[in-house]
Amino acid sequence: MTPILEFDDVVKSFGSGLTEVRALRGVTLTIEEGEFVAVMGPSGCGKSTLLHLAGALESPSAGSVRVGGRELAGLGAAACSELRRNDVGYVFQRLNLIPSLTAIENVMLPLELSGGSHRVVRQQAIAALETVGLTQQLDRYPDDFSGGQQQRIAIARAIVGERRLLLADEPTGSLDTASGDEVIELLAALPKEHGTAVVLVTHEPRFASWADRFVFLRDGRIVDETIPVAGATR
Amino acid sequence: MSVREGLLALLADRPRNGHQLKLEFETTTGAVWTLNVGQVYTTLERLERDGLVARSNDDEQSAQKLYELTAAGREELASWWSLVPADEPPPRDELMLKVLFAIGRGDEHALAVITAHRSALLLLLAQRRRDQRAETPDPDLATSMVRDALVVRAEADLRWLDLCEARITGRKGTAR
Repeated sequence: MTPILEFDDVVKSFGSGLTEVRALRGVTLTIEEGEFVAVMGPSGCGKSTLLHLAGALESPSAGSVRVGGRELAGLGAAACSELRRNDVGYVFQRLNLIPSLTAIENVMLPLELSGGSHRVVRQQAIAALETVGLTQQLDRYPDDFSGGQQQRIAIARAIVGERRLLLADEPTGSLDTASGDEVIELLAALPKEHGTAVVLVTHEPRFASWADRFVFLRDGRIVDETIPVAGATR
Repeated sequence: MSVREGLLALLADRPRNGHQLKLEFETTTGAVWTLNVGQVYTTLERLERDGLVARSNDDEQSAQKLYELTAAGREELASWWSLVPADEPPPRDELMLKVLFAIGRGDEHALAVITAHRSALLLLLAQRRRDQRAETPDPDLATSMVRDALVVRAEADLRWLDLCEARITGRKGTAR
């Protein structure tokens, strides 16, 4: 298997001196292509920080973060933006769709920003929306869809253009249990059917239980990694 | 509950023989509680001795003895339906007691115990959720309800372990 995301002894601090807070304290983690990993831990354990570093939204204070073998440290703002547009998709708890754009326009946006032709980009957006089970009413606005459907659109936007890594930060947080189950089922299918690696941050065991592997963080450190196969633990 | 209450409940609508009671007991409990026929007949004999069931004469051609509820049996069953199990003092739950004892050996030990049990419970939950997802489109109601109960209990135990961890680490760092 090929690693898509690698953390090597990563430290992330905020502030300095007496007000310094260490969010990550030496995290080493490898996530392979096509893997579905749930990251769990109490509030403040550093799991969102881990996701921000993987998505090049923040830089590590020490250590190395690589996406597809590419070292993120030292990447300029333009290169980071390009990485987020082409390689890494992000799904948040808040739906973060642009209300004045239709469903399909929201999904087309990242590729249009990359300069793709309108016709090709539209086809890719339709394909991404089909992947998440939306084939109709694509020219309606986000408010016309239920919360679960809006999160599906957000996932389509995060995977459009066949990005290899999807980072999902509590994507079920604003959904009821049934809609949450549907969204997680969809995320779980992406690694199997499209080879996309999915990193899911959640505090809900119900949703984490779909993953191939669980990573527990406490106080900025990984305290356990578990693979749900015949009771194997590593 | 014991086998005794289960048999009284099954006899509420019509008489049955021991073999029928065994099969229906197992179906009703979603196959989580299997009985042997000997157990069923021993329990029926005790219920008969206590005046809660009687042999029925409805089916004299049958080689198997049929049992039915007596008036006292119906009263006993009604009081079982209405009896709410008392939950005070708290149950002697093994997981809870183990974590409580672990705290006595220091926070680090308690957190290690919590981590190990959480991993095991999460694996169990993943297996139970896989069982749920593998259900046939029209599953047996009792089996589905038993699976729901097992999933919800694993989730509750995991939630409790999270609360324990939060209490133990509550006064530590403020990382995001």
